[in-house]
Amino acid sequence: MDYSSLLSKRAKEMRPSGIRRFFDIAAEMKDCISLGVGEPDFKTPWAVREAGITSLERGRTCYTSNIGLKELRVEICRYLKRRMQLEYTPEQVMVTVGGSEAIDLCIRALIEPGDEVIIPEPCYVSYQPITTLTGGVPVSVPLKAENGFRLTADQLKAAITPRTKILILPFPSNPTGAVMRREHLEELAKVLRGTNVTVLSDEIYAELTYGYDRHVSIASLPEMAERTLVINGFSKAYAMTGWRLGFACGPKPLIDIMVKIHQSCIMCAPTTSQYAAVTALRECDEQIEEMRTQYDMRRRYLVKRFNEMGLTCFEPEGAFYVFPCIRSTGMTSEDFCQQLLYGKKVAVVPGTAFGDCGEGFVRVSYAYSVEHLQEATKRIESFLKEKGLQ
Amino acid sequence: MEQILKLLEQNARLSAEDLAAMLDKPVEEIAALLDEAADKGYIRGYRTLVDWEALGTNTVRAVIELQVKPKKSRGFDEIADIIADFDEVESLMLISGGYDLQLVMKGRSFQEIALFVAKRLSPLDDVLSTATHFVLHTYKKDGARYVTEEPDERECN
Repeated sequence: MDYSSLLSKRAKEMRPSGIRRFFDIAAEMKDCISLGVGEPDFKTPWAVREAGITSLERGRTCYTSNIGLKELRVEICRYLKRRMQLEYTPEQVMVTVGGSEAIDLCIRALIEPGDEVIIPEPCYVSYQPITTLTGGVPVSVPLKAENGFRLTADQLKAAITPRTKILILPFPSNPTGAVMRREHLEELAKVLRGTNVTVLSDEIYAELTYGYDRHVSIASLPEMAERTLVINGFSKAYAMTGWRLGFACGPKPLIDIMVKIHQSCIMCAPTTSQYAAVTALRECDEQIEEMRTQYDMRRRYLVKRFNEMGLTCFEPEGAFYVFPCIRSTGMTSEDFCQQLLYGKKVAVVPGTAFGDCGEGFVRVSYAYSVEHLQEATKRIESFLKEKGLQ
Repeated sequence: MEQILKLLEQNARLSAEDLAAMLDKPVEEIAALLDEAADKGYIRGYRTLVDWEALGTNTVRAVIELQVKPKKSRGFDEIADIIADFDEVESLMLISGGYDLQLVMKGRSFQEIALFVAKRLSPLDDVLSTATHFVLHTYKKDGARYVTEEPDERECN
């Protein structure tokens, strides 16, 4: 059979993730140091693992309701109130297989072929392919370093057309570490009120903000909850990536349709993970803080090191990435990463993997121990020295 | 101060500059705190964790329990001082429970340790009894696992 003519055109045209390519090479190299992962290096807190084990011992191995365990949705509402000042009822919350499923569901629930999705770039790699797969039209808005990689009201206004259905708002940002504070969000809200644009606010890194007040969700601003879908999850905050558990909360009509799609393609999020997550929300606020403190120290260490090396590093206020500018080397992001990998066996991700406007930057993750970061930055420094760039 | 000490306890090779960046404090302040820590004895030294077993050198370690006779005036301190002065003794602690002092020592062979106990420890006037336990294998020491590190299996997504 000739699959080249059989496979769906849209699926074939989906943009593959640009992150993996380098790491397949890196994985084969001996003594290669990676700064590429997008997940915590901490283990899931023991209390959470134990809750998962206990649920298995008790034989809780059936499906849960499609929308997710009631007990968990109640805890999610309490959590959002406690830590993000968001008011939701359990009927407005659905449990998903990671934040990524929620992104998929939301786009599929809203997009008719030809509808536009505004995607501020550089950003996480899945919004664009899911949009094209659904028949939507991705409208990328290039964010600028001089604006702290924030989306501005003017950029948003210019991007909105009568076909705009969704604004993707992924802050704190992977890959830049940028954060939108209350005053920045308020500016966007002014543009959005009175439109029919739904905000897909991907807040998966909400617990990881540094050096200022806590994360603010756009849904907490007046008149915004009705036009916002908040996506969050357990992966980053609780170091639970492998448990595959996220959630979405928003207007009930949107959640209801998302649950209907979820019912057909997923049935329910993993039961063991859901029971474990109840414990995470009830007992682990302290552990979140401890992990945050550790990330914060590494973040400051890396920012200092990159600035010392002459790779200017805008101060990231969230997530666990720094996004240094490598233009001073005269290389493209792609070249820089390739030469660094082959020359010094350090793997970082080219900024272009997150959109064309990521050119001139690389993404460096600090979900690693300080010793690991010390060694990696030492190698990058000697790479620059050998190139006569320092 | 506590935070600096915690960080150094994990990784003694962090420079004052690194610590300053990580803790968001001026370098001078960190340097002053480090001086203070050394002066006041909060920092007792910087050493390297060596896994001699991995290197393949012949070293034998023993944990020795001692029952001693405390003195009326100085309690356990006098005898502890005498024992702590032996170079072979790596650590010495006063312990609650079935015996009084616990010492850990290192030697090149079982015999060397045996001789040390027989010729130097036991004859001390205030040592009432000794029990020597040889270390067969070290799994973890001073907070560090003595095993080959598990590879980082995280994928880059």
